Amino acid sequence: MVKLIINGMEVQAEEGWTLLEAIRWVGFDVPTLCYHEGLTPYGACRLCVVEIGKEPRSKLVSSCTYPVEEGLIVRTHSKRVVNARKMIVELMLASSPQSKTVQDLASQLGVQQIRFKVEHEDCLLCGLCVRMCAEQMMAKAIDFAFRGGDRKITTPFDMKSEECRRCGACMYICPACQLRCDGPQAEQDICNACLQITPECLKTYDDVMCYLTTCGACLKQPETKQKETKNNKS
Amino acid sequence: MSRIKSIEELEKLRETIIEKQKARKLSIAICNGPGCLPLGSRKITQAFIDEVKKQKLTDKGVEVRATGCHGFCAQGPLVVIEPQGLFYQGIKVEDAPEIISETIVNGNIIDRLLYTDPDSGEKIPLEKDIPFYKSQQRLISGNNRLIDPNSIEDYIAIGGYKAVSKVLSEITTEQVIEEVKLSGLRGRGGAGFPTGLKWKLCHDNPGDTKYIICNADEGDPGAFMDRATLEGNPHIVIEGMIIGAYAIGAHEGYIYVRNEYPIALKRAIRAIEQAEKYGLLGEDILNSGFNLSLHIVRGAGAFVCGEESALMSSIEGKVGEPSQRPPFPVQKGLWRKPTVINNVETWANIPHIINRGGKWFASMGTEKSKGTKIFSLVGKVNNTGLVEVPMGITLRSIVFDIGGGIPKGKKFKGVQIGGPSGGCIPEKLVDLPVDYESLTSAGAIMGSGGLIVMDENTCMVDIAKYFTNFLSEESCGKCYTCRKGLQRMHEILTDITEGNGKEGNVELLEELANVVKDTTLCGLGQTSPNPVLTTLRYFKNEYESHIKEKKCPAGVCKELITYSVDPEKCTGCMVCLRNCPADAVTGAKKQIHHIDPEKCIKCGSCYELCKFDAIKIE
Repeated sequence: MVKLIINGMEVQAEEGWTLLEAIRWVGFDVPTLCYHEGLTPYGACRLCVVEIGKEPRSKLVSSCTYPVEEGLIVRTHSKRVVNARKMIVELMLASSPQSKTVQDLASQLGVQQIRFKVEHEDCLLCGLCVRMCAEQMMAKAIDFAFRGGDRKITTPFDMKSEECRRCGACMYICPACQLRCDGPQAEQDICNACLQITPECLKTYDDVMCYLTTCGACLKQPETKQKETKNNKS
Repeated sequence: MSRIKSIEELEKLRETIIEKQKARKLSIAICNGPGCLPLGSRKITQAFIDEVKKQKLTDKGVEVRATGCHGFCAQGPLVVIEPQGLFYQGIKVEDAPEIISETIVNGNIIDRLLYTDPDSGEKIPLEKDIPFYKSQQRLISGNNRLIDPNSIEDYIAIGGYKAVSKVLSEITTEQVIEEVKLSGLRGRGGAGFPTGLKWKLCHDNPGDTKYIICNADEGDPGAFMDRATLEGNPHIVIEGMIIGAYAIGAHEGYIYVRNEYPIALKRAIRAIEQAEKYGLLGEDILNSGFNLSLHIVRGAGAFVCGEESALMSSIEGKVGEPSQRPPFPVQKGLWRKPTVINNVETWANIPHIINRGGKWFASMGTEKSKGTKIFSLVGKVNNTGLVEVPMGITLRSIVFDIGGGIPKGKKFKGVQIGGPSGGCIPEKLVDLPVDYESLTSAGAIMGSGGLIVMDENTCMVDIAKYFTNFLSEESCGKCYTCRKGLQRMHEILTDITEGNGKEGNVELLEELANVVKDTTLCGLGQTSPNPVLTTLRYFKNEYESHIKEKKCPAGVCKELITYSVDPEKCTGCMVCLRNCPADAVTGAKKQIHHIDPEKCIKCGSCYELCKFDAIKIE
C-alpha cells in the first residue's frame, strides 16, 4: 500500500493506481474529458490536473496518468488548479462550442466568458475513439495522424479501412459528437443554461439530487422550461 | 587493421600512428563544417589536394585535411596551417595555389588573407591571438581542426580512447559514476540534470538489460553545436558512450540523429564501423569482457523527438509523442528497460572528465554549473559562429568580446537564448552570468545552446510570434493546452502585430501562457510559452505600443509601419524607384521621390538599397 495525502487527508492507495483513481476512491472529484474507466489513460485534455508537492516547488500533473507515490502531497482544487481548468475549458469552448460535454463542463466550472475567437472545430483530439476502437473493439481502425495544428484522427492513409466494422463505438464515446442541448441559450457560444434553472428535484426533495445522476432539467423543451421558470418565479 | 585485443596493443598502435604522423611537417586544416561547406569548402579542399600533388609536396610531409567546424563561421571558409596555427579566412578556390607556393613552400604569410582586428586595424596571423578565440575555452570544439573526422587513427593519435582503456582496466563502475558526479557535469540538452546522478539512478536499478542513448536530434532554429561535434569529432561521442555504458551496465546503445544532418549521420555510421573494426566496440572490448554495440537511428523530422520520452517512442517505432514521467527513463526507458539518455555534448565531455579527473572539470565554471558550454552565436552580431565558453561567463563577454558587438554600430537590444522555447534576455541583463540557475531565474533556459543576438531593429512581439508559430507547428498535439494554447497565443500575437490588438490581450496572453506552462506534459510544452512570457516581462512597452498606439517601435510589423522619403536626404538617384517591385515610388532624376502608401507593399527594398538613409520607417 502507498500512503499519500490528498487535500490534507491521509489516504492509502494500492500500488500501481493513478492519482485520479485514488482521488475518486476517497470521494473527491476532478473533472475529466479524455478519461474513461474502460480505457487506458491518455492525458490529452489536461482537465484532471492536480497540484502535487509543496510550494514553491509544487507542480501540476495530469492525475489520470500520474502514478501514486509514497508521501505525495496532492491538492485537487488549489487556486492554480482551478484557474488552469477554467482556462482549458475556455479554450475548448472557443473551439468546440457545440459539444454538450464541453458546455456541461463550462457550467460545472463556472466558465462564463470566451475571450478567444470562436471557431467550430468539433474534434477535441481527446483520443477516446482511438482507444475505444483499439482496446474495446479490437479493431485499431483509426489513429492520430500528423502533428501540431494538422493533427487529426483518421484511418491509415485516409483510405476506407478494412478493419472498421462500422460498429459506431467511436461515435458513442465521442464528447464532440454528442451535441449540446437545444436550451434557451442555443444561439450563444456559451450555454450556461443549467446554471439558471432550478433543478426539478427540489420540487420533491429537500436536497439537490443531481450528484446521483444528471437531473435532466436541461433536456426539456425550451418553451415548457421557460413557462416553468415563470411559474416558479410567480 | 586487425582488432585491438588489449590495452597494450592500443598503446602500441597509438605510438605507431604518432610515429607515422611525425612525417607530417605541415598540415593544412580546411574547415568543412556546417558554415564553411555551403561556401564551397569542399571544392577548396580539392583544390589544395590537387595543388599539393601538382607541386609534389606530398612526400615532403604536407598534408591536406578536411576537418570539422573551426567555429568562426562569419569569416569562412577557414584554413589553418599547422603546427604554427596560421589562420587564413575567406578562402576561395583561386587562393589555393598561392597559399601552397607562398606560405607552404616559401614560408611567407599572405597579408590579404589574414584576419583584421576591427578595432585596431591590425592583421592577426595566428588563430590563438584572434579576439574571437581568445576568450573561449575550446575543450570539445578545439580538437576539431586537429583531426580528420573520418579517421579513427587521427583521433587515437590525439589521445583518443585512452579514457576507455583507463575505465576498462583500472576503475570500477562505481568509481566512474563517482568521478562524473564529482565533475558536476550537467546535461547539455537543456534541462541540466546532473549526469552522474542520472547514471547512478540507472546503475542502481536492477535488470540485466539496459540501454544508453545519444540524443543528436538537434532541432532548434539557428543551433548547430551538436551537429558540429558529431561531424567534427564523432569518436569522442562514441568514447563517452562506451564509458557511460560501462558505468551503468548497458550492452546496447543508440545514437538518434536527425535525418536532416546527412553528414553527421554518415560520420557517425563510419565512426561506429571503424570502432568496431578496431575492436573498440562489439564483443569483449580490449579484452575486458565488456560488450557494447551501438546502432544509429535516424529521426524523421519531428522537433518533439528531441524530448527524451518521445525520442524513445520513436526508436521503438511508435509515434514520437512524449509520455508520462515517472516512470523516468532511468527506471523504465527504452522498451521499458532502464535507460540513460544524454545529449551529444554531454557525451563528448565524458572522456575529458575520465582523462583529467572530475576535480579538474569542476574547477571550470560556477558553483552549480561546471565545465564549458558550446553556443551557436547567431543573429545581429559581427562574429557569428560556434563558441565554447566556460560556464558563468557573462552575456556581455559572449556578445561583445567574442562576438565583436553588433554590426553597423546599431544598438544591442537583447539575446534570445535556449532555442525556440528559451527566453529573450534584455540589454539591461547583459552582465548576467551564463549558467543554468541564472538563466532560469531570468525566465530563459540554457537549452541546447542557441544564442540569437538582436539589435534595435528587432521587434520583440514579432520574435515571440515567430517562435510561438514554430512551436505550435512542432507541438506533437497530444496535450490540448500545448496544441490549442500555442495556436491561440499565435492568433493573439498575429492580431497584435497586424494592428488588431485589443485592450486585455496582454493580460490574456499572460494568463494563457502560464496555464500552458503549468498544465502541459513534456518539456517542450512546459517551456513553450517562454518566448511570450519573457518578452512580456522585459518588453511590455512594445506590446503596449502595438496595441494602443498601433505602432511598431522597431519598424518591423508591416501593418503598423509606413515608408516615406525624407526630402532633406533624398538626392533623386532613382535607385529605389527602379527597384521597387510594386512601382510605388514616383519621381524623376534629381528630384525628390515620393512613395505612394496605397501601392507600397512594405517589402523594405528601398530602405535596404538607399545609400543616403533617405527612407524613413514610421
